[in-house]
Amino acid sequence: MPPPGVNAKDFSDALKQFEEAVGKEWVFTSDEDVALYRDAYSPFWGEPEERVASAAVAPYTVEQVQAVMKAANEYKIPVYPISTGKNLGYGGSAPNLSGSVVLDLKRMNRILDVSERNHSALVEPGVSYFDLYRHIQERKLKLWVDVPDPGWGSPVGNSLDHGGGYLQPMYRNHFDSHCGMEVVLANGDLLRTGMGAMPGAQTWQQYKFGFGPWIDGMFSQSNFGVVTKMGFWLMPEPDAYLTGTVSVPKYEDLIPMIDILTLLENSGISNGMPGLGSPILGGFMMPQRAPEVTEMLQKDGVESASLHKYAQDRGIPFWSCTVKFYGPEKAIRAQWEYAQEKFSAIPGAKFKDDEFYKFPLTPDQFNKVHKPEMGIPSLEMFSIGARSPYNPTPGQGHIWFSPIIPRTGEAVLEANKVFAKAAKDFGLPLLSFSLPTTYWMRSFIFLFGFPITHDIATNKKNRETFKQVVRVAAEHGWGEYRTAPAYQDAVMDTYSFNNHALRRFHETVKDAVDPNGIISAGRYGIWPKHLRETKA
Amino acid sequence: MKCLFALTFLALAGQGFAADDATIQKGEKVFDYWCATCHGPGNLPGTVALQTKYKGAKPALLSERTDLIPPVTKTFVRKGVSIMPFFRKTEISDADLDALAAYIARNNKAPTR
Repeated sequence: MPPPGVNAKDFSDALKQFEEAVGKEWVFTSDEDVALYRDAYSPFWGEPEERVASAAVAPYTVEQVQAVMKAANEYKIPVYPISTGKNLGYGGSAPNLSGSVVLDLKRMNRILDVSERNHSALVEPGVSYFDLYRHIQERKLKLWVDVPDPGWGSPVGNSLDHGGGYLQPMYRNHFDSHCGMEVVLANGDLLRTGMGAMPGAQTWQQYKFGFGPWIDGMFSQSNFGVVTKMGFWLMPEPDAYLTGTVSVPKYEDLIPMIDILTLLENSGISNGMPGLGSPILGGFMMPQRAPEVTEMLQKDGVESASLHKYAQDRGIPFWSCTVKFYGPEKAIRAQWEYAQEKFSAIPGAKFKDDEFYKFPLTPDQFNKVHKPEMGIPSLEMFSIGARSPYNPTPGQGHIWFSPIIPRTGEAVLEANKVFAKAAKDFGLPLLSFSLPTTYWMRSFIFLFGFPITHDIATNKKNRETFKQVVRVAAEHGWGEYRTAPAYQDAVMDTYSFNNHALRRFHETVKDAVDPNGIISAGRYGIWPKHLRETKA
Repeated sequence: MKCLFALTFLALAGQGFAADDATIQKGEKVFDYWCATCHGPGNLPGTVALQTKYKGAKPALLSERTDLIPPVTKTFVRKGVSIMPFFRKTEISDADLDALAAYIARNNKAPTR
């Protein structure tokens, strides 16, 4: 089945050119092969609206990518580049526009450079976090890679999608930690950014900006080019790692606790990803919640006066914060001591030493730790959705609702009220209380998983609900940082300042750099001119 | 003449076993690279899932199973199951999948093909 708007002869001629470029065995057109490009966690699974590819082409070199793009541009074939195609929950390997040809870059899996002196790497899109980690380990280099929870993704793809990890803040934001990229444009032209624009430059992975406007951001969460190389800054292996937990007694203490945490992080004192918790409410890595606490929560919510009294009478802290430190032992012990001084401003604050490790880890420690916090890729995060004694009847996947909210205690409390009401209004399982994750230094993200099933009616209901919560969040000024193709238009609609000036700008750029609109049509709500006209 | 036939047979059989060993070794590498991160020893999601499902009636570790014939392994890899997605041919090629399936089936009592 040809892509939309492409006749059968042009499609056939383009596929022949793709075959000439990459070899016949790397152009996939059979139903069986193309089905492998479905999004395994698609919220449209099995419905006519499911976004599916018409074919796939898998180049091995940059020159092959250029040849494919030239042919696609000539025949106006929509293509959808993927790196490893493993961002499950955010779209996987399926295109936004059904009928697109997936440009599968998995075979481009070369680690082109790893520098122990510069603490950097240069990789192709098909390289996974596991690959980069193994490469470093085999060479016994003292370097850590900041990895997202599932380690089978691509540093290139994950950073372009604004993914995050767990190490020091300058590495945790994966797009921030990149330095230099190579991009194939819609017409097959080849571009390098930053210092890479200068032939013979020795500093492509040392200085991001080169000369003139810094355009790297335009290739993230977008459809303006096909990124074929990216440089990354890696974290030098630290001497040691230390964590300690502060707990504070009262409900209102959340506000100063977060303010102090933010000060410590923005000052560089706490340099690991902190963890927020609530000993009274229980939850992940916390004691199990007492049944009477659940009753009080269900009756009056987290503001329940009887709940506050219950906690106070039993001496159970309302909130906790685990702060984390990487560095020389002497330094991080002093940093933890300083952090305790600062948190002591909250009456009744208590402190507990948690983990302390020196590197390399012993095998026992290796098995015990949360691996991404040590720069070790893993797939252990899938334990959350997989079959287990706690989850005997697993679903088919998940999709994340992940709004950015302000980094204040007030916002955490307000967001919980708003989302609890939304859950009630839209018939979602009631969230008694949820604390945000702390990937970014300057803001919080709430992460809520929506289940994916193979039941059409359930998925349909969940899709509608997802859009409703996106709308409710936006009404409070909280926007999604990333979302699956199914919701990208709805989310982009919420970034609507001055009559959607941002989207209009994206469209202007799109029309200029990809006039035939062939790259990832619709990705992150950016549609090429001919499809905007059809949609209107 | 009989002797010659016997030698030829043994030689071919030997070649056959050698090829199978190489395939199984290749399959083990594919398993270690693609599968062991979820289905290896320890508290990993795939291993816990199979332990929960079979409650010890079958080994939780895929590498210790003796009942998975190649078509079954191939179906799981190409179709996925529960939250495990399917794998594309740029990830696990057909040749790699043949080897992987042979590795998983290496201890089967019934025919492995």
